[in-house]
Amino acid sequence: MADASSERDTPAKPRLLSDPKFRALVFQILASITVAAFIFFIVRNTLHNMELRGISTGFGFLDRASGFGILQSLIEYNETSTYGRTFLVGLLNTILVSALGVFFATIIGFIMGVLRLSSNWLISKLAAVYIEIFRNIPLLLQIFFWYYAIGFNLPGPRQALSVGESLFLSNRGLYLPAPVFEDGFMATGLAIIGSIVAVIFLARWARKRFEATGQLFHTVYASLAILIGVPALVFFATGSPMHLDYPSLQGFNFQGGVAVIPELFALTLALSIYTAAFIAETVRSGIQAVSHGQTEAASALGLRPSWTLRLVVIPQAMRVIIPPLTSQYLNLTKNSSLAAAIGYPDLVAVFAGTTLNQTGQAVEIIAITMSVYLLLSLIISIFMNWYNAKMALRER
Amino acid sequence: MSHDFAPLPDLPPPAASVGAIGWLRRNLFSNAINSLLTLFAIYLLATLLPPLINWLFVKADWIGDSRDACTSGGACWVFVSARFSTFMYGFFPESETWRINLIYIALIACMVPLFIEGFRHKVKLGLFVIFIFPIFGFILLFGGVFGLEQTETSQWGGLTLTLLLASVGCVAALPLGIILALGRQATNMPAVKSMCVLFIEFWRGVPLITVLFMSSVMLPLFLPEGVSFDKLLRALIGITLFQSAYIAEVVRGGLQAIPKGQYEAADALGLSYWKKMGLIILPQALKIVIPGIVNTFIALFKDTTLVIIVGLLDVLGMVQNALNDPNWLGYSTEGYVFTAFVFWIFCFTMSRYSQSLERKLHTGHKR
Repeated sequence: MADASSERDTPAKPRLLSDPKFRALVFQILASITVAAFIFFIVRNTLHNMELRGISTGFGFLDRASGFGILQSLIEYNETSTYGRTFLVGLLNTILVSALGVFFATIIGFIMGVLRLSSNWLISKLAAVYIEIFRNIPLLLQIFFWYYAIGFNLPGPRQALSVGESLFLSNRGLYLPAPVFEDGFMATGLAIIGSIVAVIFLARWARKRFEATGQLFHTVYASLAILIGVPALVFFATGSPMHLDYPSLQGFNFQGGVAVIPELFALTLALSIYTAAFIAETVRSGIQAVSHGQTEAASALGLRPSWTLRLVVIPQAMRVIIPPLTSQYLNLTKNSSLAAAIGYPDLVAVFAGTTLNQTGQAVEIIAITMSVYLLLSLIISIFMNWYNAKMALRER
Repeated sequence: MSHDFAPLPDLPPPAASVGAIGWLRRNLFSNAINSLLTLFAIYLLATLLPPLINWLFVKADWIGDSRDACTSGGACWVFVSARFSTFMYGFFPESETWRINLIYIALIACMVPLFIEGFRHKVKLGLFVIFIFPIFGFILLFGGVFGLEQTETSQWGGLTLTLLLASVGCVAALPLGIILALGRQATNMPAVKSMCVLFIEFWRGVPLITVLFMSSVMLPLFLPEGVSFDKLLRALIGITLFQSAYIAEVVRGGLQAIPKGQYEAADALGLSYWKKMGLIILPQALKIVIPGIVNTFIALFKDTTLVIIVGLLDVLGMVQNALNDPNWLGYSTEGYVFTAFVFWIFCFTMSRYSQSLERKLHTGHKR
């Protein structure tokens, strides 16, 4: 009897095997051992296979001369440059096309998203048609279409399509006028930086005054006046030390100006149009997520429609839009790797393609390439998270 | 003195606010800006549509078997019809294409009941389509048994390969994705959780094209000496790993959407972890993530075109291949428009289906 009562007082110790903490520990150890064994197995096989095939290891190849030229490079590059430099050229080209794509996709996407919600039936339907068509066709197909079907069939340089004799589009690419800076442009540059700083301070001051006294200041107009006026004054005062270098037809191709190679043109076009269709949907759902009561409350308070949009709808819509917008930017950056398919010299094409074929060091090259994309993804998401935190609802 | 109150008959609404005119005024010409936009849109349509329709249909050539038939100046659909069988079946032996057709017909026959309202055995049939049907499909496609002629995987191509890559990739990624999602949710097991997070974030952070490069050049190095994988299988492994990370994130969304009370109730009943997940949580979670899985399937379906980079010829690869044929040079637009049409039909139908499913399924879990 005494045994039974003491058993009741101190609860029976559960068996070790049914203790959830112990089970979790055992399971974790087992899982870690399995993964470690798997990784060990792969590494051993890889080392063995590489030895067998006579593939050298290590990153020494980055210092060797590449021996191939690259179609477009933002930095000095020729056949004698190293593979390390090849990597850098590819990386810069990837960043260039991604940045251009993000810029244009954002503009087209926001316009299309707003048009999709237009009260005008025709406009809204046209935007819907745009979204549904370009969202549902593979990006690679769109790149091929713009590059092979449209780009190759553009007229030659002699019959190039031109806008005002300064912008030429032909099967050799897009030629734009290039700004040429002369001595003394420094002053204008400083003026631009100075006016930007001034505008930031002005905006802060106007905001403080508004919060303290309720008096409004025409920040937008004043900022525009400062941003355009001051640099323009300095520019003309120093004797217009800049001119535009227009491309002109000489022989079989254009000389001068900025040349956008057809590969870059097709890739940017396809990336922007494709991603913009997704961004448009994001924008539409973000704006629709702002409840109608908010707009009505703003009207009831007597806000003008333009103010309602700027002060009530957009700030709330942005909170919904930013997270999916971030993933669209990430997708665009990753999708820029499709450049390899049309020969635009991006990271995948020149590094994971040509360099890998020449050196055969698959493991190092693929590892570098993948880490670059992981890093780019990380940077974009950190930036957008910071922006998101800035825009997030501040609850009191 | 009593007045009989007899209301006058209602006046008809102003002519400008009802009927076609009213609709036009409300939707197209409600104010000056809208009117301008409408006029601009009409101008745009009037300049773009007629030449497009002319090229696509009116002046197009439909009948013939060589480029000589294309004389009208419009689209040359003869190119597509002459190459149609390679676009659909790749280089599959012509006498054996009935096997592919049989797979399509059987698949459609299995899928139809899934869309019928009130069909009782949807779950069983769905599991059959996902897990048993691929075996049947593989036997038919590969052959070598039951007197079927054996085919090489290099003969598989065209739309068949596209559908094969996308569906096998998605089906194989499903169990892996569910396990990864469960692992990521396992807060009491930090080691397992961090391994799952690492795996998911790694595959989600790299482009599919580098995954395909990796599976084609690095995978052979990973294997023990003497073991080698077929090119198609290597691509499939890469696609599966890639897709499993995306499915894991979708499933995680579903797991998080299930109210906490469901987890607690299962614990209170004394169910073990796997019983809790298998009987209570996953059946509910998987139901609400079906639209999400369909969406990742659509994305994968579009992304399979990338296998062209590692030398597999899916439907786009077959079109590219046909465009290099000296007999058909210069018909790239027709080829791309046709391929775009094929992809568009598939993706648009699936996305509409997923949207309707979302409306139907996402009930009761919104909080």
